Formats: sequence, structure tokens, C-alpha cells
Amino acid sequence: MKTLRIAALAAAFGIAGSIGGMARAADTGVATGDTAGKKIALSNSYAGNSWRQQMLKTWNRATADAIAAHLIKQTKVVNANASAPEQANQIESLIVEGWDAIVINAASPTALNGVIQEACDQHIVVVVFDGLATAPCAYKVAYDYTSMGKMEADFVGKHLDGKGNVLEVRGIAGVSVDDDIHKGIIEGFAADPGIKLAGSVHGNWTQTIAQREVASVLPSLPPINAVVTQGGDGWGTYEAFKAAGRPTPLIIFGNRQDELALWHDLLKADPKYDTFSASSAPGCASVAFWVAQQVLAGKTVPKMITLPLPVIHAADLDAWLKVMPPGSVATPVYTQAWTAQVIDANAAGVAPPASPIAKAGDM
Amino acid sequence: MPAEPGAGRAETLRALLPALALAAMLALIVYLQPRAMSYNGMRLLLNFSLPLIFAALAQLCVIAASDIDLGLGAFIGLVNSLSALLLATRPLLGALAMLACVLAYAGMGAFIAVRRLPSIVVTLGASFVWLGLALLVLPTPGGSAPEWLAALVRLKPPLLPLPVVFAIALAAFGHWFFMRSSYGVVLRGIGGAPQAVARAGWSLLAGRAALYGLAGVFGCLAGLLLTGLNTTGDANFGAPYTLLSIAAVIVGGGEFTGGIVAPVGAVLGAFIMLLTGSLLSFMDVSTDWQLSVQGAILIVVLGTRALQRQAAA
Repeated sequence: MKTLRIAALAAAFGIAGSIGGMARAADTGVATGDTAGKKIALSNSYAGNSWRQQMLKTWNRATADAIAAHLIKQTKVVNANASAPEQANQIESLIVEGWDAIVINAASPTALNGVIQEACDQHIVVVVFDGLATAPCAYKVAYDYTSMGKMEADFVGKHLDGKGNVLEVRGIAGVSVDDDIHKGIIEGFAADPGIKLAGSVHGNWTQTIAQREVASVLPSLPPINAVVTQGGDGWGTYEAFKAAGRPTPLIIFGNRQDELALWHDLLKADPKYDTFSASSAPGCASVAFWVAQQVLAGKTVPKMITLPLPVIHAADLDAWLKVMPPGSVATPVYTQAWTAQVIDANAAGVAPPASPIAKAGDM
Repeated sequence: MPAEPGAGRAETLRALLPALALAAMLALIVYLQPRAMSYNGMRLLLNFSLPLIFAALAQLCVIAASDIDLGLGAFIGLVNSLSALLLATRPLLGALAMLACVLAYAGMGAFIAVRRLPSIVVTLGASFVWLGLALLVLPTPGGSAPEWLAALVRLKPPLLPLPVVFAIALAAFGHWFFMRSSYGVVLRGIGGAPQAVARAGWSLLAGRAALYGLAGVFGCLAGLLLTGLNTTGDANFGAPYTLLSIAAVIVGGGEFTGGIVAPVGAVLGAFIMLLTGSLLSFMDVSTDWQLSVQGAILIVVLGTRALQRQAAA
């Protein structure tokens, strides 16, 4: 903590600005280097769905806080229309404009690598998140989706005492997130030979599609004890079971407000209805922002940062529902302090702190 | 050269308008962001014009025949997918695939000429064929650009950035071919006065096939440059180029009918369309407006021309 005191002393003498880039609060914790004059932009590949809209909202909240606290000077959001060439062109404009850091939700894992390298060459800090890019010079903020699948499989295996039929509702075919969650589920069930994957459909993370797809396979399936999902598909799955007159199985939910409200109702009808809910959080944009700010402040940050998924258990259900408007996805706006903890955990190779419960107004 | 002095002034205005518009845009950009003035700034701003200027020239070939190509974007996506998949690992097969793409385009032109079909229908139908083929060879984004292609788009020639060098060369070639060479005049005649061209003994079929074949060549080059810039393939990458290329030709002084085209203007038009995004960004206007602004430019250009014609009449 000695460096912290020196930094504070320097600030007291009004010379923090001149050594700003160098100041660092030891190796752990929040780096306090002067970033008051820095500008951080967001290049977002697509803004046309509610998850992305919420993502932009958390970005705006986090950056507004940072500007009010004089941690950065300016921010800007640039949206591409799901087109990688358009996004690459926009990032090139941002490079010309001289932003200190560019945070990117990429339209393609590889198509932006050239322009990202270009930005790094101009000493711009690049942080990619959610839609990752593979450019080696970029900091990557990502979820471990395989562990999410495994968590679901473990929960279901334990709950069914290692015996029963499971239906898998998957996401959009060909997207890496879907592959990763699926892989985790298969890995998890490998430990439970009594569990049988009776069927699998693609619900595309959309309630109405999940409902239609589940309804169309249900007649061909044996009694289903549990459904593993990927988020945005739990409510539709429940509706399909209800319409088919089948008993409600154990459904893993995915942090959407309609799913949590349904879970609340199911619990009221049957207090023993046991499940949990997990999904990626749109708030990862705020983590990516603070990662960029911390790099600018002089913190040593590993190139790969794995985020914990927000997991909701029955005990926290009411607290979450209270702060979630209809149609939203559960997410906190992450803070600088929490981000620093996650960075330190990743650097040390230990489990990161759990994702906190959202405050009112976060969504 | 038009004999009538009034028409001559209109012609000069038509040729000057895109140049003036681009100059005004560049002045505004440099005023807002002086950094853009440098070699590196220009290179970054204009890098993605490389595929667009070739796409504009491809569209110009088709519009010269008084046709319109609604499948160009999908075709560029197909070339992007094929080249990313094949050129790096199996260059010979990749080159053959490129050749097949060009021949397919020439064949499409011949088909339109023989069956006297509306190009808008044939090219729209073909766009689904291109997209389908692209998805067939490359269902998920991937592949890689051959090293020489990636190196080409990274070239930093002295004095002028690569996109500007390409633009000047392409505009010069287009101007020579369409406006100066005798076969170029014949080809424009296919769009302007097909009966006269036929009566003079030229084959309309061969002419249209040549125009579409040339469009295929330029479309192929656009797709290849896109592969070089993105270093990867995606069936959907090409999609925006259909409308952008049409807009570039029209803003550059071309007309939908009559075989009236301006190769130099089309290249300038491509820059204008591309720079709207950067200009909005520098003006701190949300980029969500980019499509609307590009559309508005097109409407303004077409509207002014209609007014001009009214005034002349």
C-alpha cells in the first residue's frame, strides 16, 4: 500500500497529472493513475435487440459515473448495423479521432483483427467483450459458457438423483456460445450415466421460438424430468409443457424477467419447486469499460479476463424481481472496485467474486 | 461532346458536382478533425473504400446497359467466401473459382439479352443464388486471406495512400475505356440507343455479356479486396455493397436509364458514400443516422437533377 500513499501524496502536491500514467496502487486493487483527461469509446456491432439496448444502457450508466467522478473525460458509442466492414470502418474513424481506448463488441471473431492491430500500433488500448475478436493485442472480457452448461448439468444430476430424462433447449446453431454451453452440458452429464438426453431443439434464445420447437418435439418424447436451457427460452418451454398437458419439469431459467416472474409463480404454487437461473449479463459492457479505464490507469491486466455469470437462486429471487422492469435481462451495472477484483482474481488464477445483485435503476 | 451550349453546361455541372461535394466533405472533415489530413489519417479513413470503388465500377458497367444489378452485394459476399476458403490453401482451385464467378456474370448478361428479361428480376434472383452458394461453401464465418492479398491492402506507397492510388488508376481506366475507347462508346450505346448499335452491326448480345463480364471482374476484385481487408470470409459481408454501389454511380453523375455513366464520378461517389459515416462520427452525430443520410444524399441528387431538367425544358 506504500505506492498508494505516495500517489496520494503526489496528488496532494498537485503533480499527480505529470506522473499519472505511472501511478499504480500496488499490484492488486483499483489502480489510481490519473485518467481524468482520457477518452474511451465503444464500438458496438449491433444495437437492434433488447439485450444490446440494455448493454448500451449499462455502458452509459458506468461512463456517466466515471465522468462525474473525473475518472475519464469523454465517451461515445458507435453502432454498426451487424456488418463487420462497417464496424471496421467506424473503428478506423475512431483511431483518427484519437481515442485513448476503444472498447469493442465485435461483429466477427476475425474480421476486425486488422483494424484492432492498427489501433494497438497507435498505442490505443483495445478491449473486446461479448462478441470477441482474436487479435492478440486486445484485452478480452468473456464468459465461461462451458462452465455454465456444466453447472446446469450438475444441478440437474443432483436434483434427479442421477436418473431421469432431460430435454436440451439450445441457442442459435453455429454460434460459439451455443456450442460452448452444449459442450458443458454434455461434459456434466458424462458423470451421470443414469441421465438420458431424450431430445434437443434449437430455441434461438427466443421464448416464442423455444415454445414452438419444444411443442413440436414433445409428442415424441418420454416423460421429461428436467429441461436445460440457455436463457431467453425458459418461459416458452414452460408454456409448451403446459399446452401439451404435461407436468411441469425442472426448468433451468435464464435471467429474463418473464422467466423469473414465472419461477416466482411456480414457487407460490409449489414451495418445493427447486431450480436456478443463469445467463450472461448485458452489464459486461460496464466491466469492459472499467477494464479499459484500469489499463489506462496503469494496472497490470491479463489479456484474458473471465467473468462470473450472474446466477440467481431462490433466496435472491425477490430481490432481483423487485428491481427488474418487464422485458429486461438481469444485470447489475458493475463498479470499478468489482472489476478490479475480477482482474486480480484472473491474474492470480483464482475464482472471481460472485456477480452482485442489481440496484434499483440498473436495468 | 454535346453540341448544344446549354446541355454542355449541364454536362459540366454533372461532372463537377461530385468533385465539389467530395471536396466540401473533405474540408469539413479536416476542419473537424485536423488529424485526418495526414497520410495515415487519410489511409485509415479511406481504407474501406477499396472494395467500394471496385463495386461502384461493377455497378456502373451494368447501369451503362440501362440495367441495374441488385445481386452485386451477394456476389461480392460469394467471392469473399470463396477466396477466404480456397485462395490461401488451394490457390489453383481458388483462381478457377474466381474465373467461374466472372463467367457466371457474363452468362447472366447474355441470358438477360437473349430472353429480353428485366435485369432487376434476374439480378435479384441471382442474388439468392450467390448467397446460397456462399453459405454452402462457408456456412459459418471463417477461412483466411492469402498472405499476398493481406499484404497488398497493407501497402503504403509513397506520397498517396493506397486507396487514393487505386481510385486514381481505376478512374483513369474507366474514363479511358467508357468515354474514349471506341468499344466503350458502343457499350454505352447499348443502354442509350440499342437499335442504333444493332443497326451499326454490333451484337447486342456480345455487348451485354461483355458489360456483365466486366462487372463480374470488378465485383471479383471488390470481393478479393474485402477478403484482404477483413482477413476472413463471411457470406453476409458483401450485403451493403449493392445499395452503396448503386448510390455511388448515381451520385457520381450516372442515370438509371440511357446509358449515361461517369466512371470518374462513380469513384468520387464511392468516397462520398463511405465518408458519410466518418463525417457523422466526427460531428458527434449517432452513426444510426448513417443509412438515412446516405439515402438523403441520393434523394437530393436525384431531386436536383429533376429540377435541372425541368428548368432546361
